[in-house]
Amino acid sequence: MKIKRPVFHPCGNYFENYKDELKIFETDFGRICTAAGLVLFFILAPWLCGPYTIYVLNLIAITSIAALGLNILIGFTGQISLGHGAFFGVGAYAAAILATDYHFPFLAAVISAGFVTAFVGMVFGLPSGRLKGLYLTIATLAGQFIIEYVLIHWESLTKGTMGIVLPPPSIFGFTLDGDVKYFFASYIFLIAMVLIAVNIMRTRYGRAFIAIRDNDRAAEGMGIPIFRYKILSFGISSFYAGLAGGLWAFYMTSISAEPFTLALSVEYIAMVIIGGLGSISGSIFGAVFITSLNEGLRWITDFLMNAGILEGIELTLAPLRELAFGGAIVLFIIFEPRGIAEVWRIIRSSFRLWPFSY
Amino acid sequence: MEKPFMLQLNNISVVYSDVIQVLKGVSLSVQEGAIVSLLGSNGAGKTTTLKAISGLLKPENGEVTDGTIEFRRSKIQNLSPEAITRMGIIQVLEGRQPFKYLTIEENLRVGTATRWGKPYKNDMELIYNYFPALKKRKKSLAGYCSGGELQMLVMGRALMAHPQLLLLDEPSLGLAPLIVREIFKIIKRINEEQKTTIVLVEQNANMALQIAHYGYVMENGKIVMEGSAADLKENPDVKEFYLGMAASGDKKSYENVKSYKRRKRWL
Amino acid sequence: MDFFLQLLINGISIGFLYGLAAMGFVMIFKSSSVLNFAHGEMLALGAYIFLTLVTWAELPVPVAFLVSLLGSFILGFVIERLFLRPLIGEPLIYVIMLTVGLAAMMKGFMLLVWGGNLYIYPDFLPAWLTLDLGNIVVPPVYITAIFTGLVFLVIFGLFFKYSSQGIYMRSVADNQPAAMSLGVHVRRVFALSWAIAALVASMSGIVLGVINGINVHDLSAVGLKVFPVVILGGLDSIGGAIIAALIIGLLETFTGGYISPSLRDVVPYIFLIFILMVRPYGLFGLVEIERV
Repeated sequence: MKIKRPVFHPCGNYFENYKDELKIFETDFGRICTAAGLVLFFILAPWLCGPYTIYVLNLIAITSIAALGLNILIGFTGQISLGHGAFFGVGAYAAAILATDYHFPFLAAVISAGFVTAFVGMVFGLPSGRLKGLYLTIATLAGQFIIEYVLIHWESLTKGTMGIVLPPPSIFGFTLDGDVKYFFASYIFLIAMVLIAVNIMRTRYGRAFIAIRDNDRAAEGMGIPIFRYKILSFGISSFYAGLAGGLWAFYMTSISAEPFTLALSVEYIAMVIIGGLGSISGSIFGAVFITSLNEGLRWITDFLMNAGILEGIELTLAPLRELAFGGAIVLFIIFEPRGIAEVWRIIRSSFRLWPFSY
Repeated sequence: MEKPFMLQLNNISVVYSDVIQVLKGVSLSVQEGAIVSLLGSNGAGKTTTLKAISGLLKPENGEVTDGTIEFRRSKIQNLSPEAITRMGIIQVLEGRQPFKYLTIEENLRVGTATRWGKPYKNDMELIYNYFPALKKRKKSLAGYCSGGELQMLVMGRALMAHPQLLLLDEPSLGLAPLIVREIFKIIKRINEEQKTTIVLVEQNANMALQIAHYGYVMENGKIVMEGSAADLKENPDVKEFYLGMAASGDKKSYENVKSYKRRKRWL
Repeated sequence: MDFFLQLLINGISIGFLYGLAAMGFVMIFKSSSVLNFAHGEMLALGAYIFLTLVTWAELPVPVAFLVSLLGSFILGFVIERLFLRPLIGEPLIYVIMLTVGLAAMMKGFMLLVWGGNLYIYPDFLPAWLTLDLGNIVVPPVYITAIFTGLVFLVIFGLFFKYSSQGIYMRSVADNQPAAMSLGVHVRRVFALSWAIAALVASMSGIVLGVINGINVHDLSAVGLKVFPVVILGGLDSIGGAIIAALIIGLLETFTGGYISPSLRDVVPYIFLIFILMVRPYGLFGLVEIERV
């Protein structure tokens, strides 16, 4: 007997084969809703939002891509990396150098930046062959500092503290100047990267990553070459970081080594954790949360300074941002360590199961 | 008049994570100085029962939601493990959990945590007397010891705390039959010489019933049968389902597999 | 040659300070396996408390010193109680991230209260501590650094190896459920280790403040220097941490003196990567005993 495909979520697990279980959308309803939501977003957002909101939305798209990459590494493969900010920087520099010195077009520069970063990430992932857990984390911290140093001091390539100015991006002769045009480019990239990530996770590679996360010894015993897969995971994750870095460089039009510090890496980890470890939608939630928090705090401090209420102590307001940022992380971890993705899941399932609580 | 019971569980229910009910009204009582064994298949709730007594449910997000646990007439359900261990109830965890990076001797010293600051040298000698194998290796890291040595180590470590009630969770897990026999001999000796009351959870029902005075059989979070060890050993159901013998008392023969399988009558 | 000797002595005393900072770090790691990213901030906070007591409250130096040690001891307790306790039993990455958040909060707080300026302590170390070796003069701070480092190394080594409380702490780090089943007061162990770590951190913060002046950014950066030190020494070995700290201190000063000052801050990490490729558990760390 063929059971009719459900329109809404069934109450419980009625999968009959693996193919069903691996589906991205369990119901057609979900698929249609997502597609409609995206179309609506693409039409409405540029129309409704002012340039500043579009700017924030673009930042969110770019950071989402990078956070997604980090989630593949931390949340799915279980390798904690403190070097993601530096990889992001490598991507930005790669794109900038390719675009200025070698005159790569936008698309080629961004994608090659991803590959260059993937290579760098794999090199710094090499210690994962021998190191585990906290030792590996610190090795990636070392990677962060070394890359930072190289970015500043390899002056013949990176122009040191002067920075690089990028040409305006264009795709097929169509120049992407202005926030709105870049909005479309960055979100198309984001959607493509999300699709790739979702699909990687449904294949043998994704399952191997998860097996390594849960118990790498046992995974090895099952015949998974863990070293190769760990390196692969580093590669994929840095590819995402590099691609995001490239997009960021083109968006900012000029870059220097300043932003790619440990603080940026920490910010990415915060996104992944606040969003939800091992959850693809979680990475996006996290990016939305942290980026809006950053922008919101900047807005508040600017507002307070301009309002002149706190004349004389305006210098001491900048630390408030740091305080609030730390506070948000701490509160999230204490009260909902599974992240926003879990909150979202709870909300959804309580709607689905209403009025029965289990 | 019988001796008063040392430990009494009255109709307790245990729920993990507010959702999963594991124990559904378990009552059992343990007499001062006895060995009581708790039998049952995997997932019957034996370990949970022990953890409910020793307070180790808390860290696993479990809770005694109903019923009382009385130790010497005071209620101890849902107390913290620190408080319960200081009353003299020590649990030996399932699957030998040594402190891998501590030497054997340091492992034993951790056992003095409940009576911190008191002398312990004599106890150490006592433990080495029960488990001579440990003395030879007292300076080596526990992580490098064999399974049998580790089982002795964790039992010795618990003895260092001067327990009045010792909860042993599957001491025979994964050990060679010869070592199992030795371990059980020592359990019996501890019970007789130290007057320690012991609750013993075992898969190896045969061994357990040989040294126990009284036994309970658990299934699906309930006590389904109880009786003195001698009675249980003779019970046809216990024989068939836990001792691996046909009801007649012979070794089960697989030649007549077609014969109807006896149903567990208490389910 | 004089330059070499001067660098040698500087390197050794910087090394001892790193070692002192690392000890507090190892302390927390040993008992609760938590990598404390807020260690640099704890260090800075200790230095600021001392500064406030000496300059603003005008307490005599020894009293101020003791009071600030006591203050940070209590602060460690409070941090553990408020932030770490709710997370007992959660996976490690959450706890580590929590310390990252804590670091940001503490940094923001310190900037709010004291601002980002560089402060300098009044000169209080007695002049007789100065070591005059002919061509080279060793200032008293360096002698103090070496002395405190040595004393605390010995105290901590003995504490962990022989005292009951030290053994309980190690047992908790090793196997928490088992320690709990034996009645080790796990929460008390955590609280104690945070308190002692905060105390040691503030001590190294004060000495570093005397050498380099007090500034939030500089002092909290020392917290990151601690990572190569402890990893090199092996995360769980206090003796190893001291030796690694000396290596790192010397490496830094010599690179800074002979090669380039800008390479100075990176060279520990480069060295660390190479060492880890050869010895994955650091120079003195315990090999993880793993049985599936």
